Amino acid sequence: MIKTLLGSVRQYKKPTLLSPLFITLEVVLECIIPLVMAAMIDHMAGETLTPIFKNGAILIVLAMASLYCGRRAAIEAATASAGFSKNLRQDMYFNIQDFSFSDVDRFSTSSLVTRMTTDVTNVQNAFQMIIRLAVRTPLMITFSVIMAFSINVKMALIFVFILPLLGVVLFGIVLIVHPIFVRIFRRYDAMNNSVQENINGIRVVKSFVREDFEKEKFYEKTEEVRKDFTRAEKILAFNNPTMMFSVSLSMLLVSFIGAKIIVSTGATELTTGELSSVITYGIQILMSMMMLSVVFVMTIIARESANRIAEVLEYKSTLTSPDNGKKEVLDGSVVFENVKFKYSKRSKRFALSDINLEIPTGSTLGIIGGTGSSKTTLIQLISRLYDATEGTVKVGGIDVKEYDLETLRNGVAVVLQKNVLFSGTIYENMRWGDKNATNEEIEHACRLAQADEFVQQFPNKYDTYIEQGGTNVSGGQKQRLCIARALLKKPKILILDDSTSAVDTKTDALIRKAFLEEIPDTTRIIIAQRISSVQDADNIIVMDGGQIVEQGNHEELLAHNGIYKEIFDSQTKGKEDDKNA
Amino acid sequence: MPKNNGKKPMPRAKKGTGKRLIQYIFSHYKAHMVVVMIGIFVSGLASTAATFFLQRLIDNVITPGIESGMDAVWGKLVSTITIMASIYGVGVLGAFCYTRLMATVTQGTLNNFRKDMFQKMQTLPIRYFDTKAHGDIMSTYTNDTDAIRQMIGQSLPMIGQSVLTIGAIIFMMLFYSIWLSLLVAFVIVVMLRVSKKYAQASSKFMIQQQKSLAEEEGFIEEMMEGTRVIKVFCHEEESKKAFQKINEQLFEDSKNANKAGNVLMPILGNIGNIMYVLLAFVGAIMVHEKVTNIGLSGVGLMSAGIIISYLGMARQLSHTIGQVSMQVPLIAMGLAGASRVFDLMDQEPEEDEGYVSLVNVKNGSDGEMVETKEKTNQWAWKHFHKADGTTTYTKLEGNIEMEHVDFAYNPEKQILYDVTLYAKPGQKIAFVGATGAGKTTITNLINRFYDIPDGKIRYDGININKIKKPELRRSLGVVLQEVNLFTGTVMENIRYGRLEATDEECIAAAKLANADDFITRLPDGYDTMLTANGSQLSQGQRQLISIARAAVADPPVMILDEATSSIDTRTEALVQRGMDNLMKGRTVFVIAHRLSTVRNSDAIMVLDHGHIIERGTHEQLLEQKGTYYQLYTGAFELE
Repeated sequence: MIKTLLGSVRQYKKPTLLSPLFITLEVVLECIIPLVMAAMIDHMAGETLTPIFKNGAILIVLAMASLYCGRRAAIEAATASAGFSKNLRQDMYFNIQDFSFSDVDRFSTSSLVTRMTTDVTNVQNAFQMIIRLAVRTPLMITFSVIMAFSINVKMALIFVFILPLLGVVLFGIVLIVHPIFVRIFRRYDAMNNSVQENINGIRVVKSFVREDFEKEKFYEKTEEVRKDFTRAEKILAFNNPTMMFSVSLSMLLVSFIGAKIIVSTGATELTTGELSSVITYGIQILMSMMMLSVVFVMTIIARESANRIAEVLEYKSTLTSPDNGKKEVLDGSVVFENVKFKYSKRSKRFALSDINLEIPTGSTLGIIGGTGSSKTTLIQLISRLYDATEGTVKVGGIDVKEYDLETLRNGVAVVLQKNVLFSGTIYENMRWGDKNATNEEIEHACRLAQADEFVQQFPNKYDTYIEQGGTNVSGGQKQRLCIARALLKKPKILILDDSTSAVDTKTDALIRKAFLEEIPDTTRIIIAQRISSVQDADNIIVMDGGQIVEQGNHEELLAHNGIYKEIFDSQTKGKEDDKNA
Repeated sequence: MPKNNGKKPMPRAKKGTGKRLIQYIFSHYKAHMVVVMIGIFVSGLASTAATFFLQRLIDNVITPGIESGMDAVWGKLVSTITIMASIYGVGVLGAFCYTRLMATVTQGTLNNFRKDMFQKMQTLPIRYFDTKAHGDIMSTYTNDTDAIRQMIGQSLPMIGQSVLTIGAIIFMMLFYSIWLSLLVAFVIVVMLRVSKKYAQASSKFMIQQQKSLAEEEGFIEEMMEGTRVIKVFCHEEESKKAFQKINEQLFEDSKNANKAGNVLMPILGNIGNIMYVLLAFVGAIMVHEKVTNIGLSGVGLMSAGIIISYLGMARQLSHTIGQVSMQVPLIAMGLAGASRVFDLMDQEPEEDEGYVSLVNVKNGSDGEMVETKEKTNQWAWKHFHKADGTTTYTKLEGNIEMEHVDFAYNPEKQILYDVTLYAKPGQKIAFVGATGAGKTTITNLINRFYDIPDGKIRYDGININKIKKPELRRSLGVVLQEVNLFTGTVMENIRYGRLEATDEECIAAAKLANADDFITRLPDGYDTMLTANGSQLSQGQRQLISIARAAVADPPVMILDEATSSIDTRTEALVQRGMDNLMKGRTVFVIAHRLSTVRNSDAIMVLDHGHIIERGTHEQLLEQKGTYYQLYTGAFELE
């Protein structure tokens, strides 16, 4: 996991390494400075000023050097961590672009968003902390211990005893708290989820007068968070006093023993200045220990996020373009041979079974079926948005798996059921279909999709800015724009997956009429709820439970007196009554 | 530690937020806070005392000891150490007490904030939710409360202690030498200036980082939502390029923000070092030149002892200032967060001046309705008349009248013009019209999500403004096009309609809505957990559940707003049959764009830009050969 993540450091290796280097220098300087200060203090009572000036000058130089190193280290660390997170996000994003539909289903879009934002931020913070402190603190401890020893062994030993004591307590606290924190994360999510649901579903809450009910539910959740968080923080509250206790204890011991040594040896074995230095080093050691435990906490918290990022980075898409795939789609014919499909290996039931179907090029196929009858699944196999579990799907007489993926998808335009427009002008959105489309071509496509008329009514016409999620156009307008966008690809096969459900029946008919007249050679596959949308198709299939249960043209299917007839009747009953009346 | 997704740049806090926040904390945790303050005071004093400890030890024990020998100072050594040990002991105890109490106070306060916010949120009018971005409301619960947690949990105690330490040190410095203190004061001014400069740069970049983070998040969200479209259009390379551009900006801002934050500590630390040297220089010269020292302690010669202790204090001072300066941005963020939290808590709740309530009744001996506590399944409006002090009971029937209703969400754009309609119990009234024609607005007015002036809408003859909102809404079942399910089992979601409904009643409602079939095929049937708004179900399935939810509530009036738009016509016909059974003798409002859904209505209103332009039964409207006729025949134009 760590190796995968570190692979994203790349061009920021230099700052990543420079930062600890400067920190090392800074630490060395920070350890020398008290030494020089001690020397200066010892001369304070002396007769001449020379040693004070000399040491003072050295100190100023050292301080400047330390300032430089500290500043550089800080800057390099900032660059390295910001760069690292940039690369992580980019690597994830790029890898996700290669995901197939089923891969995206597997992770779910909201989870991918969280991984690319919150998780990366967590890792970035931990990374910066690590390159700044993971080097600094052990170094500081080592140097300080060495310095303390070089001044006086007896007193240095005091720290050697107290240090592990402090270490055990601090790390013990972290270990106890960690599982509580993991639980807190979960509870926090549940609590936030409850808020989110209430904000989004406020109409439902108010309609059913469930304000108090929701309040109780929420109070329960926030109470749980409070309890756990308080528990965790109360345990963490031991940190500060433990630290203070260790510092005080070593101060007292060092002072006591130090004073005894100085007095009994007449300041030969240890000087007053040295005593204050030893204390400085001692506090540094203990402080570093404290920092180390903070780094430890951060790392543990970031570990969960790091895992989630690595999962995305390491994921190899299950659906890839073949090497030397075919670069041309010959015609718009589609053949399904004994196709079976299920969404995941674990599923017990096939979403599609025993599909055998031929769609001649230039013909129109209508698909009708109830909610959940796998109509969408069927058409998604044509442009290889999913791979068939068994059997083959052929486009232009060739197995779809043999095509270069881009070629195939450019040849097969799908207007998805859950379609989206992107933030940008209408022109920009249309150019998704064809990067180089001229304004005239775009307007032509919009006319075919019956979108031109309402676009012309917008104050800014084709330069109208579409908000994120297409919230400033109505459902029917969105659908028509999406159809126009697909038309611009000039595909061999055009698939409309319930793409005119929000369009009124008259406009729907106009769109189909335009298709017949303007793109007669393109194979058209239309999934619809309304019989009227498919009844003039060359061939209509009726799907139920993942199978084709009826097939034929409108008249044949009516004569067959099956599901199709039933749907037809349900949609036209009143009309027939009127005629009879 | 909640997710910090930094949706919004931090605007400044409102004036008085700090004071209000402190009052808020104290109002719930007065006793705790008093002890906390004592704890901070004690441990602050103890750690300040430690600064002078070494100096005392040197002056009182070591220096005389070197001359007079161990025995002479032994008693003093022991007593000094003992005094220090007890001071330390008290300090540690104080720190322990206040950190533990602070954990309770911090988490308790956050909990109170969340509860108060949620409680307030539930009372806010729909307009608030319609006009405010949901992400913004959400972020007060996440980012803002988290900022407050950091501030009151970490920054405030630390600053309290630091201020104490700084005050004590400055006092001691003045006590020792005014000359040297002037020098220190000069350096501190420099330090504060530097801190200010970097803190400003830091918060500037921080805001920029938040902004570009929000932008990137928006971009990612959009692209992830549209990932299927990207694939279908082979748009991967373009989306990568666009992403890189945004990502690069975020990198720059994040780098700068971190830089400004990171460099402050080394800079302040080394200014401290330089101050140390300056003090040593000046002090040594003063000693050497026998300059008269003036301090609060009196006038005398400058001595080495004074300088040495002075140096120790200077070091401690610069260290403490460094610590405080690190807390400033956290406090600014915390206050901004608190300001937004208070803002939510200060919102005006939905007004409800209604006094007519819904009560169970039974038939009294003389055929009159009598109010009862029993569940009789017979309901009546209890109406108290102020004028004559009488109380009348009106049977709940579901009779809705609207008269000459005009409405606008905002003054510039009127939505409804002179809408008049009568819906009798048992009638099915349909609204047909284009998006934005005002269909949904009418239903928003009936259940008073939005209010209009008195008397224009009457429910069973009672002005709905006089009816208590909760009671009014309880008598209306609403199924909306956009389904919102809650985390919980399918059964719990259906029971949402009526909390005391039995399992059998819920299942019966599901059967009625034709949802039983697919629910029983779910992995755990009715016990299947639904998460993320039921994302594992199709849109149609979610609509069926929401219909079952409304059916279990069994209200006298039902509003179906595009409730079956994602259900195929065959299933819809089955659902409708069920609904028709349920709604016998009740009033139903139906909004649909599919004409087959509304055909069997008792009255169909065709809406156009807020005007009812046609009304009548299906047959009557066809005869009129108006808009409805055109809509209807449009479907069969190519026949």
